[in-house]
Amino acid sequence: MTASAILRPRGPADRLTGLFWRRPGLLLLLLITPPLLWLGVVYLGSLAALLLQSFYSIDEFSGVVKEEFTLKTYAELFRPQNLDIILRTVVMAAAVTLTCAILAFPIAYYAARYAKGPWKAAFYLGVMLPLWSSYLVKVYAWKLILAKEGILGWAAEGTGTGFIITGILSIPGLEGSSLSTSPFGTFLVFVYIWLPYMILPMQAALERVPTTMLEASADLGATRSQTFRTVILPLALPGVIAGSIFTFSLTLGDYIIPQIVGDSARFIGLAVYQLQGTAGNIPLAAAFAVVPILIMLIYLTLAKRAGAFDAL
Amino acid sequence: MRSEASLGLKVAAIGGLLFLHLPILLIFLYAFTTEERTYEFPPPGLTTQWFGVAWNREDIWPPLYLSLKVAAISTALAMILGTLVAAAMARARFFGRDQISLLILLPIALPGVITGMSLRSAFGIMDIPFSTWTIVLGHATFCIVIVYNNAVARMRRLSGGIMEASADLGANSFQTFRYVLLPNLGSALLAGGMLAFALSFDEVIVTTFTAGQQSTLPIWMLNELVRPRQRPVTNVVAIVVFAATFFPILIAYYLTRGGSETAGMGK
Repeated sequence: MTASAILRPRGPADRLTGLFWRRPGLLLLLLITPPLLWLGVVYLGSLAALLLQSFYSIDEFSGVVKEEFTLKTYAELFRPQNLDIILRTVVMAAAVTLTCAILAFPIAYYAARYAKGPWKAAFYLGVMLPLWSSYLVKVYAWKLILAKEGILGWAAEGTGTGFIITGILSIPGLEGSSLSTSPFGTFLVFVYIWLPYMILPMQAALERVPTTMLEASADLGATRSQTFRTVILPLALPGVIAGSIFTFSLTLGDYIIPQIVGDSARFIGLAVYQLQGTAGNIPLAAAFAVVPILIMLIYLTLAKRAGAFDAL
Repeated sequence: MRSEASLGLKVAAIGGLLFLHLPILLIFLYAFTTEERTYEFPPPGLTTQWFGVAWNREDIWPPLYLSLKVAAISTALAMILGTLVAAAMARARFFGRDQISLLILLPIALPGVITGMSLRSAFGIMDIPFSTWTIVLGHATFCIVIVYNNAVARMRRLSGGIMEASADLGANSFQTFRYVLLPNLGSALLAGGMLAFALSFDEVIVTTFTAGQQSTLPIWMLNELVRPRQRPVTNVVAIVVFAATFFPILIAYYLTRGGSETAGMGK
């Protein structure tokens, strides 16, 4: 009996397998080339196009894009009304991030420390479903809630707490005829929509805080607030920073929320959208889009240094 | 250390969850209201007529088809590219690995308006006319990371031993892929695909820059929000969009339950 009775004849697939075995780098190259081509050409290529366009300028009389390199468009960014847009967006992003961190903490802490079994699953799904469910539907729901004749107004009338809403609407900078046309409404919707992005990494970080440390802290006579300040918070910080990357970045670029809820004050995203669309000023739109990229690059560098990437 | 949560913490945690869920439920109620023009609460009366009206509105169907088409193509592309890159990144250590993982993450770490405006600039420079494919370019790019996340987590959990065993038993790479790797990856890939579909179906920010005159369902909805025609019809469509994203997410959760892969991080 010959060996060929046991071993199958070797086909091209077997020969390729042998080649991959001898040259593992070749297989790696074959696997990684298509996705790298896609991301490299489509995504990085587009980013390069954006940068290129931001160095073009627009002819003020004809409105035609002049394809010559100039810093004129970037100089336009520093006009007071444009600086105002950038400042407003950054302040909003910071306020939203801070509020999300405060609201997320009890949910994340409870889910990480006390929720067991089915409650754990309920908490996880309870955060995951709003995170993933339709963004527009959620924004729309808040339009219904915040409108003058909407559910909040109705509840305030029923409980006699309407003065709180009126009070908020009379604060300088937050004026509006109802919550849905006030910057406070914009802020509220931002917080609601991005809150799950803060809860999840925070919960992941809190789950890694060993219970023994909390016991040790209590044994050494620390009060609850001391334990919180000196043990829990520093250990949870990478998770908070990881969450803040999302809340901050998403607020920087969003333009749907300020368009639907609020006093139609302009944010960076809205400026980009309007400049490239109705105004047809692509160079300035591109220059505006570079601002969040720069802010996020600085933010990501700082976050990396704080060890937040391991918590992502 | 107390093993019971304090009452304050409990109330804050449950209150937070309710805060996340109640607004969504409201949409369902408003789809049945008899009041057409305002957002009056409580609704003066309830009716199911808006479902029929929405069904007969001819301007809803083309955006729905386009959304389904774009989501299907983007998901298919993202599943191929995401799985390939996950296979490369799961075990191998090579030069530039960190840069590649950053590159995959970048389309969702940077605001959507950047992706949108970048693509818009590229189309402008290269004179590419708007089509279904210009929308797909953007969607597939940010869907890759979703599939990648799910696939790479599952690959890391797989023991390398089964691949070696397969080779020892005489299987070639393709047979190992077909009979060992694919069945083990199946549910993770399906979960990634479901999430990518939901994400693409719902996407509006990138789409507004890459769609031109075309209208996907979220863009139709956005137009109705800014310039309403029949408000309750918008609510009916909102329920459809909600269902089209809700069920894939639920299925994805059950497919990856118990694993280390977090299905949703980083939308």
